[in-house]
Amino acid sequence: MTDFDIIIIGAGPAGMSAALTAANGGLDVLLLDEQPHAGGQIYRNVKQNHSKQSWFGKSYSSGINLVDALNHIKITKCFGATVWRVEANKRVLWSQNGESKVSTAVHIVLANGAQERPFPFPGWTLPGVMTIGSAQILMKSSGIFPKDSVLVGSGPLLYLVATQMIEANCPPKALLETQTLRMMINSLIHLPKALLNMKSLIMGFMFIYKIKSAGVPRYKSVSRLEAQSSGNGSIKFLFSHKGIRKSLTTKLLLIHQGVIPSTEISRSVGVDHSWNTSQLAFQPIIDKWGKTNIDGLYIAGDCGGINGSEAAVLYGKIVATKILYETGKINFNLYKKQSFSISFSLFFTNSIRLFLDTLFAVPQETLSPSDETIVCRCEEKTVGEIKLGLNEGITGVRQLKTSIRSGMGQCQGRMCDAIVRGIMLNNISQNDINILAPKARSPIKPITLGELSKMKLD
Amino acid sequence: MKTDSRFKTLIKSTNDVNFTLFGEIVTVPKGTTLAAAILSNFGEASRITETGALRTAFCMMGVCFDCLVEVDGNPNIQSCMVLVHDQMVVKRQIGLRSIGISKDD
Repeated sequence: MTDFDIIIIGAGPAGMSAALTAANGGLDVLLLDEQPHAGGQIYRNVKQNHSKQSWFGKSYSSGINLVDALNHIKITKCFGATVWRVEANKRVLWSQNGESKVSTAVHIVLANGAQERPFPFPGWTLPGVMTIGSAQILMKSSGIFPKDSVLVGSGPLLYLVATQMIEANCPPKALLETQTLRMMINSLIHLPKALLNMKSLIMGFMFIYKIKSAGVPRYKSVSRLEAQSSGNGSIKFLFSHKGIRKSLTTKLLLIHQGVIPSTEISRSVGVDHSWNTSQLAFQPIIDKWGKTNIDGLYIAGDCGGINGSEAAVLYGKIVATKILYETGKINFNLYKKQSFSISFSLFFTNSIRLFLDTLFAVPQETLSPSDETIVCRCEEKTVGEIKLGLNEGITGVRQLKTSIRSGMGQCQGRMCDAIVRGIMLNNISQNDINILAPKARSPIKPITLGELSKMKLD
Repeated sequence: MKTDSRFKTLIKSTNDVNFTLFGEIVTVPKGTTLAAAILSNFGEASRITETGALRTAFCMMGVCFDCLVEVDGNPNIQSCMVLVHDQMVVKRQIGLRSIGISKDD
């Protein structure tokens, strides 16, 4: 006898919609999230911010419906709950307020979302350099807004956050974009299909229009990025633009280079992963219902591959619908009908994806940065040190970890795994390497030995 | 040297929490994460690495571990993942945590 029918990890768009679909179908759900409130990063604090202000836009406010619906008799919600181990036998070990607990279920849905892609350049570790996503989290959850910031990088979030900052009357000083003309041309071939998701395209144009009307300077095709400390906490940011070396001084440099799936849990539990060649990230191998190679373990939303929040809601629904069918809660006809209608919506939502992936391609200098750039923020290892190791015959990620120590710090490789792969690809002949997704092991978030020893296990 | 916050507070609250942050008494709204409280009061580093490099919070969502501080005597706490509470005492984390100073162990 298990504690629940389903344990869902992550209360973002995918996790919330999976929880609701499953609960409405009559299953007992345990919904765990590391944050203090439901919503994930996209709808972070949407309930708390409700009716306070409209800076964050309609798309953000719409998250309130999902959050409110979670007050369901069949859903047990636990926030501030950090999952540190998931087992293939559907046992989940999680920590809350310094105490670890064990929960079991018949099915597990991983909906733990994405993280921002590490965006390394010399000086990216300096105080005052933060991610654009982190700034948005601060805006949503604490009502604190960036002062005279400079935004650097690429991707839809860059424009969205710039727009939200303008709405709140804290516009950025400048937008420096790594997007090149070539990326724009390459994306054109995917534009016809992207037209099927006209809503998102129009939203994107609206953001750019607002940024232009606010008079925020935009520098396109910037490269050779470097941040230097310039006294009194300021950052001197150097970049090449139209062949000229330029610089801007700011107190807050906000950087972003798209998002990648969070795969620590799926990797640690033994799900097979593959390399997504257009999104340049590892992702779990799943079928259209989110099924993995592990029986009863499903994946929904951006942790299964980046498709955005609207798609995540649909993926959550489709996974839960499949589970409802497998547990006999809905019949074949209903299951067929519902999964067809969700797949139909997903086709339109996802039609923009290749266009966006190409339009906001990751620049080469991010994939394989210059020698002096720190790769591993925890252990403070540089590209140069990793290259030296590769020259001395290191052929795999694991060897690199044990000999150089990159990926051996507190973040357990979350910030450097993606960078290390690019450096390896550029510095070893293809025949010599077999770059598999790096291993992840539990505890996938640190817990103290004290907490571990106090755990009650049956 | 004191560096001003790199952020400005737009949403004020009356429901406040008082605690000690880097030796100063600060007041922030209830429900604020510790990392947000640090960033809204200080512009300087909240952590100094083993080699002496200065760091502030980076990702704000529990991924990067750059926002580590010492909370009520417990080191290696991700400040972006905990909420502030009254009488909390928060210190910068200097270098790696030392073994045996955690209250839990």
